[in-house]
Amino acid sequence: MDLQAMIIEQFEQVARDQEKKLGRLAPDTVLLDSGLDSLCFAIVVARLEDELGVDPFTASDDVFFPVTVGEFVKFYEDAAAA
Amino acid sequence: MARQGCVPLAALAAGNPLSVAPVSLDGAHVLVRTSSQLNAALALVALDGIAARLVIAPPDLRDEDLADVISRAGIDTLVTDGEAIAGLKQVTVSPDLKPAPDCERVRVSEWVMFTSGTSGPPKMVAHRLAGLTGAIIKPGAITPGVTGEKIAPEAITWGTFYDIRRYGGLQILLRALIGGASLVLSEPDEAVADFLTRLGRAGVTHLTGTPSHWRRALMSPAVARIAPRYVRLSGEIADRQILDALKAQFPEAAIGHAYASTEAGVGFEVTDGLEGFPADFVGRFDAEKRGAVEMKVEGGILRLRSPRTATGYVGGAGQLKADGWVDSGDMVELRGARYFFTGRRGGIINVGGLKINPEEVEAVINRHPGVAQSRVSSRKNPITGALVVADVVLADAANDNATFKESLLALCRAQLPAFKVPTLVRFVEKLELTAGGKLARHG
Repeated sequence: MDLQAMIIEQFEQVARDQEKKLGRLAPDTVLLDSGLDSLCFAIVVARLEDELGVDPFTASDDVFFPVTVGEFVKFYEDAAAA
Repeated sequence: MARQGCVPLAALAAGNPLSVAPVSLDGAHVLVRTSSQLNAALALVALDGIAARLVIAPPDLRDEDLADVISRAGIDTLVTDGEAIAGLKQVTVSPDLKPAPDCERVRVSEWVMFTSGTSGPPKMVAHRLAGLTGAIIKPGAITPGVTGEKIAPEAITWGTFYDIRRYGGLQILLRALIGGASLVLSEPDEAVADFLTRLGRAGVTHLTGTPSHWRRALMSPAVARIAPRYVRLSGEIADRQILDALKAQFPEAAIGHAYASTEAGVGFEVTDGLEGFPADFVGRFDAEKRGAVEMKVEGGILRLRSPRTATGYVGGAGQLKADGWVDSGDMVELRGARYFFTGRRGGIINVGGLKINPEEVEAVINRHPGVAQSRVSSRKNPITGALVVADVVLADAANDNATFKESLLALCRAQLPAFKVPTLVRFVEKLELTAGGKLARHG
């Protein structure tokens, strides 16, 4: 499965677990408009760390937080490529 | 809606927002429980110096804890913008100011705040206004931006992601009131983008929140609408990553992280942009300086003493030490010439500023008939600072499957707020015990 599909699957899984209504997920969707809250993103990042062995928020020296779904996916792609 | 909730702070002292004359509440023990932050602020300003005790209910104070709070704090009057509580004198608060009859403010009111989170009945912590405002030394001379410009006190517009009914937010309300500044408050359940947009429109100059509040703000495109001159973090460990991210987003702003707690009051502020705090903060106490804070580290735990600490607990929730030292429960570690925060003693977990006692979550997990034993701990997280995770020993090892895990989580979700529900459950064969037979907790 490619990275983007894995990430989207985690968004969907966490939304189900936390009983949140997940909106449309396109590359330009703003993360905070996706229906997930901070706690949901925290859980997504923890689960992705378990699956991928990487947490780009902590690992990278990048000081910018991803704002859109596309940026979030790229954040992980860059970390995986590093 | 346009001007809803807009009240010039200067008008507060002159007008009466209550349905009764404030003087009629002379010596009362008042519970301030409102849905709007502004109404809570109005009630506090109207009643300081008149009521004997002002108990400030946080927005998440649960109905089932009300009776206990009322009896422990000896409450006789409710000030609210919502429903009445049987047995209490009912006073309504609203921003429609009426003429206020002159009245003497001769009392030293006790301001009572709740500690954030953990388990059991909420702890009530008493302060005096002099202590609460002890860190606000020179109104007006606060914080120039990095470019060194001075901002006149009345030109300051404060904003806070905190609720003013908690210690961190109340500090900002008091700063705004004392300095004659403006203050932008969030509405209940307001979306981050909407609040940031309003802050931007109001021209916010000074903005405060927890590291988790700030991470959430940085994930919103609306963060581009604000350009604060002063950015302040407190309530959680401010790590290098969030400090650097804020520096990058607001290159013109002075960025500081403050150490404060409901019990210890405001301790200190770190303004060099680095995480942790300089080792010489400990022991730099200057007894000549008014309101100075003394700090010491004992057994790896930070302790503080100052006129800003709480005066005590209300209603039998334990006592503060007679010598005035407050045990913060925060663990620190000396590395080189700097102390770093490493977590909370007793494994207290801080998820985005909300504190969780692991035993409370374990008690819920252990109610599941298929669970033999459990241990709840903290897992570091770059979004909320930490998450709750659980190690579980099954009563029957054959239950090691997703269906069981789901039934366990369903139980937790039914009995705990979302941030306390374990985000990861691991089945383990056994849990380590200490020599004393207690569950071993690391960190």
